[in-house]
Amino acid sequence: MPDLTSEILELIRRTSSSLPRDVEDRLRVAIEKEEPGSAARGALETILKNIELSRANSTPICQDTGTPIFYVHYPEGTSTRKLREQIKAALAEATKRSYMRPNAVDAIYDKNTGNNLGGDDFPSIHFEEVDADQPLVIELMLKGGGCENVGAQYSLPDNKLGAGRDLAGVRKVVLDAVQKAQGKGCAPGILGVSIGGDRGSSYIKSKEVLFSKMGTRNEDPKLAALEERLTQEANEMGIGPMGFGGQTTVLDTKITGLHRLPASYFVSVSYMCWAYRRRRMTVRGATVEYD
Amino acid sequence: MHEISIPINDETIRSLHAGDPVELSGIMMTGRDAVHKWMIETFVKKTREPQGDDLQVYEEIKKYLHQGVLYHCGPVVSGIETQDYKFVAAGPTTSIREEPYQADVMKHFHLKGVIGKGGMGAKTLQGCVDTPAVYFHAVGGAATFLAQTVQKVLGVYKLEEFGVPEAMWVIEVKNFPVVVTMDSHGQSKHALVDESSHQVLDDLLARPY
Repeated sequence: MPDLTSEILELIRRTSSSLPRDVEDRLRVAIEKEEPGSAARGALETILKNIELSRANSTPICQDTGTPIFYVHYPEGTSTRKLREQIKAALAEATKRSYMRPNAVDAIYDKNTGNNLGGDDFPSIHFEEVDADQPLVIELMLKGGGCENVGAQYSLPDNKLGAGRDLAGVRKVVLDAVQKAQGKGCAPGILGVSIGGDRGSSYIKSKEVLFSKMGTRNEDPKLAALEERLTQEANEMGIGPMGFGGQTTVLDTKITGLHRLPASYFVSVSYMCWAYRRRRMTVRGATVEYD
Repeated sequence: MHEISIPINDETIRSLHAGDPVELSGIMMTGRDAVHKWMIETFVKKTREPQGDDLQVYEEIKKYLHQGVLYHCGPVVSGIETQDYKFVAAGPTTSIREEPYQADVMKHFHLKGVIGKGGMGAKTLQGCVDTPAVYFHAVGGAATFLAQTVQKVLGVYKLEEFGVPEAMWVIEVKNFPVVVTMDSHGQSKHALVDESSHQVLDDLLARPY
């Protein structure tokens, strides 16, 4: 098995400094909806300039380079132990090169490790085996703390919001989460919503759905319709870029369903900031492709 | 567009209103969660004895904070090993976490402004009126862009103890762009948007599925 440390380092550089085009395109559409001279339009202008500068300079789009979340789809027979070591080595090097901010802080002793490595769970790495003839695919998402902090989990029914255990109830709690987030999650944001599961699996799934491209709709027409409706209704609230007031609060919504216990009905909302950093590398033999 | 130099006097602060775009130039200091907790416990409420170089650092930061600006920011800084510091990425962090401390910190150090994102609450707004001071909102996530307004890193305090994101970095900025979203007259853009969006939410919740 070849050493992929430098290729993974390149994945980290691209993810931190180069926003995916599909996200940038959405922001370019959003700016046209804001009044010339408004604070909302000014914020989006700054955001677009920042996207270009960071891509040109290989510097972080946002100084909060977030929790590094890796999903590794490895062909049968690959050593996941070695891949884990290579990912860690690449992350430490990326921190030295200022692609990443040292972001792993021991929660008990308040000590920053300085290299983005901490215990078994930082970075967060998920392994999934695929057939031996499939390529090795490594996906990376960087999710900042500001948007992570405004994520929310609801246990339905929710009496206060009048939200029952159905999609009508799901709609209500997601809208409530957007209103509570205001601009604090660096709006305009992208919503990852997971329905069902237990508290843990529900939150994990609400992040996993964020790996798909902008505009990707759930195959279930009921959920696809709810995705579209939630984006539109969230924008009716007028919170706007940075919470300055404006037309675009949410760029897209992605929903998925899980199985749940009869007693539980969780709805988890992961709020992703506009700096929606996700990239993928595909390794076929000696060839590495990035997208 | 108001162009304002740091240090800032009270007259200038009183002339600012929520919604005003401003460009700041001069020397400011970064400080976020660990710094606010440390300031309050050690020097404002004095529930913790000063330790190590605390008193010396306190004397030095006072001169930057008096009529100065505190930036809620945890930057990416290059040159850590060689001490040839350069700000690489330096956007604002979410300010609301400092809500329990901010008004007292403003008054204690005679701050004229804090920069952050997401806005702050009623206690800080009252602090803006009393001090007087304002809340400047920078564009969240615009880290490379904002780092380019940093002309020079003049020094750093508590780097070893707090780590890179939480340390107090003294920086000289030029034309740092912000919007006043909370002013010294008791106006908060954040309170207005929160209220209007809540009304829309209530209408949306009443809509049939």
